[in-house]
Amino acid sequence: MKKHVINAIVENQPGVLAHVAGMFAARGYNIDSLVVGRTEDPDLSRMTIVVKGDDPILEQVRKQLEKLVTTVRVRDFKNVDYVERDLLLIRVHARADKRPEIVALADLFRGRIVDVSRSSVMIELSGTEDKLEAFIDLVRPYGISELARTGLIAMPRGKTSADRDE
Amino acid sequence: MSTSNATFAPAGPTGSEIHWNVLEDEGVAFVFGYPVAAVVPILDQLHLRHRRGRETLVNRMAAVPSYVACRTTPNERNRSMTDNAKNKPSSLAGKNGSEILHHVLKEEAVDTLFGYPGGAVLPIMDELYDSPIQFVLTRHEQGACHMADGYARSTGKVGCCLATSGPGATNLVTGLLTAMMDSIPMVAITGQVPSSLIGNDAFQEADTTGVTRPVTKHNVLVKDVNNLGRVVREAFHIARSGRPGPVLVDIAKDATVNIPDGEPDLNIGLPGYKPRGGRGNERQVKLAAETINAAERPVLYVGGGAILSGASEALRAVAHKGGIPTTTTLLGMGAFDETDPLSLRMLGMHGTAYANYAVQTSDCLISVGARFDDRVTGELGMFAPNATIIHIDIDPSSISKNVTVGIPLVGDAAAILEQMLPHIEEKPRQAWHQQIDEWKQTYPLSWTPGEEGRIKPQQVIETLGKMTDHDAIVATGVGQHQMWAAQFYGWTRPRQMLTSGGLGTMGYGVPSAIGAQFGNPGKLVVDIDGDGSYTMTMVEVITAVRYQQPVKFIVLDNDYLGMVRQWQQLFYDRRYSAVDHPCPDFCTIAKGYGAESIRIEHADEVDDGIQQAIKSDGPFVLHVRVEKEENVFPMVAAGKALDEMIHSELI
Ligand SMILES: Cc1ncc(C[n+]2csc(CCOP(=O)(O)OP(=O)(O)O)c2C)c(N)n1
Ligand SMILES: [Mg+2]
Repeated sequence: MKKHVINAIVENQPGVLAHVAGMFAARGYNIDSLVVGRTEDPDLSRMTIVVKGDDPILEQVRKQLEKLVTTVRVRDFKNVDYVERDLLLIRVHARADKRPEIVALADLFRGRIVDVSRSSVMIELSGTEDKLEAFIDLVRPYGISELARTGLIAMPRGKTSADRDE
Repeated sequence: MSTSNATFAPAGPTGSEIHWNVLEDEGVAFVFGYPVAAVVPILDQLHLRHRRGRETLVNRMAAVPSYVACRTTPNERNRSMTDNAKNKPSSLAGKNGSEILHHVLKEEAVDTLFGYPGGAVLPIMDELYDSPIQFVLTRHEQGACHMADGYARSTGKVGCCLATSGPGATNLVTGLLTAMMDSIPMVAITGQVPSSLIGNDAFQEADTTGVTRPVTKHNVLVKDVNNLGRVVREAFHIARSGRPGPVLVDIAKDATVNIPDGEPDLNIGLPGYKPRGGRGNERQVKLAAETINAAERPVLYVGGGAILSGASEALRAVAHKGGIPTTTTLLGMGAFDETDPLSLRMLGMHGTAYANYAVQTSDCLISVGARFDDRVTGELGMFAPNATIIHIDIDPSSISKNVTVGIPLVGDAAAILEQMLPHIEEKPRQAWHQQIDEWKQTYPLSWTPGEEGRIKPQQVIETLGKMTDHDAIVATGVGQHQMWAAQFYGWTRPRQMLTSGGLGTMGYGVPSAIGAQFGNPGKLVVDIDGDGSYTMTMVEVITAVRYQQPVKFIVLDNDYLGMVRQWQQLFYDRRYSAVDHPCPDFCTIAKGYGAESIRIEHADEVDDGIQQAIKSDGPFVLHVRVEKEENVFPMVAAGKALDEMIHSELI
């Protein structure tokens, strides 16, 4: 099963998230993540949805999303070059003696230390999902006490002829 | 929960056994229920336990809630209303929410509103007090919703119903989904508690938009009177455009009494709503026509979409020009005249053998507004194995949902068929027609007369068809009688059959027939019902009496939930679990309601009984005692290919 990233521009109104989430639940689609946020237009929100499934499933998901009355535009990134980002906050156990190692690791991944206590550090890191997972694996041995991720947001790279809005 | 069920159950209990074990462990003494095909294995277990004399479970009567929806159709009538609305100078400044709602309903040409009042809609009811819109007070909100549905299906207009908050709104759910599954245009208005109380578990508060999201095409909660008029207009637009469906508008009570700031904006917004329709892609249409022209064994497979789009004329033209045999789904009955020599009648689980053989043998299957439902296709992997599939549908998400489509054509069915017609070559296709005629002769739809003068249900329907010139509007319940109605009435025109195809809602017949009668004054409207289905909503006969709607209700009473019994007979070794359904004296009840009623029990009374019903001036209940264990054939069992039919009892 492949991972697909879909962007839906939806009306910024109460109930819209329920329509989208309900449709996914009712049709049995498997979503990895769903992120909603405002866009440059205050009347519109952008949803970035990551689904697992083969091409026909992706096709159905796209059509079913388009069918919702409050969905303005849907784009799947199947044949599109795009930038994806996920944001991670992670608190790692770090007594004073281990702290330099962890800080060095965070540096290597261009993460930032956003909070330090006697026994732990909190690191902020953004990037692709793969990068975040690699980092999480590396700090796991020190002990992870808390972890939060935003889920993926994505946007196509500068327009090319192969990349037009439908 | 105790684990004693391990000793109870033999090695590897089935899900059904576990189900009853758990209930028993939990000390459940009564289970109130109603059978559907999906619970037949569970019932079978129950039956076994009764026999073992060890169960403590007693199966009692049925109580299944159902609720209603309405449907509408063609865009013409409604378009003119919208134009109408544009020309009229608005005079709504200073009017309150109920007045604005009333204004928009009139603008949308609503002439009949089916509903039931309550606290949250009191301001609306007050506004409707001296309205030109007829308010039809039903006896249950489910009845109101199905009436709006029957009105919509038979007229092509948007059906409209109204209910109060909480239980009023939840009582609409079955009706809404019935309309949704069959793409019927409807607007349902529900009251909601005042916006300041929403979320507080107020008296008669229900999260109506939450409950109805999966059963509507769209729904909206209106808290602010400034949005009310616009949202109601949008609801009508959404209900009737693209692939039609029910739309629910939930209105907080304060929004029905507040007055907007200045002139309310009634212009439709909906930036994201782009319904499809109109003509198809020209190149695709030509490609489809070429594929049809090159085919030796083409078949037209026609569904409810053809009726919704008013495609019958164009369909007939294409079928005749190309010499293409045509079959319809349950929802497509009447889209193609069954007296036409090219008609194959219905296909699918209880379709004709010749329709099913034709589809399985076809090299080019042209689907017109149908959606490859599992009751039509049989085992999907073996459906129409040799055919290139051309799929005409207004809903892009229908295409390649169940089967892989060779040539998709997205748009309005009538427009696309008209577009295709000039490209279709006239072809005799003699070998194909000869083959089909052979099948028709070998496997006609048939029934044998009852023994000892007992009435066969098929006899009643066939006689009704003849006596009404195959021209009545006919509603049905759900079950065996519904299938016999589809097989034996003889459908000649669109919008003639009202039946719950997608959801299979028992209880649909009585109210939908009444709704249709409201929309078609002077026309003969008949409900062919089963004893089970009729019982679910017969209370609405009171509504027919009260408003003098002369619907003829024909109850084919076999004392069984016949369709479930048939499955238990054929696939569960005649273990009849919760399907015997002893009936009350329907005649006395009907007379108590104020309707005329007679009972017939002998085959030679059928003609006269039907004659009396048709001739009577008012609502009439014809109670027909029929053969109890008659089965519907042909039948394609679940999981079988369409051409693996059981033809009759003998085989
Ligand atoms: C609301 C509802 N509950 C249960 C079912 C499952 N079901 C399908 S057909 C049927 C039996 C219908 O009995 P009746 O109306 O007497 O018709 P018959 O099959 O006997 O002609 C049942 C219980 C259903 N379709 N709808
Ligand atoms: Mg029955």
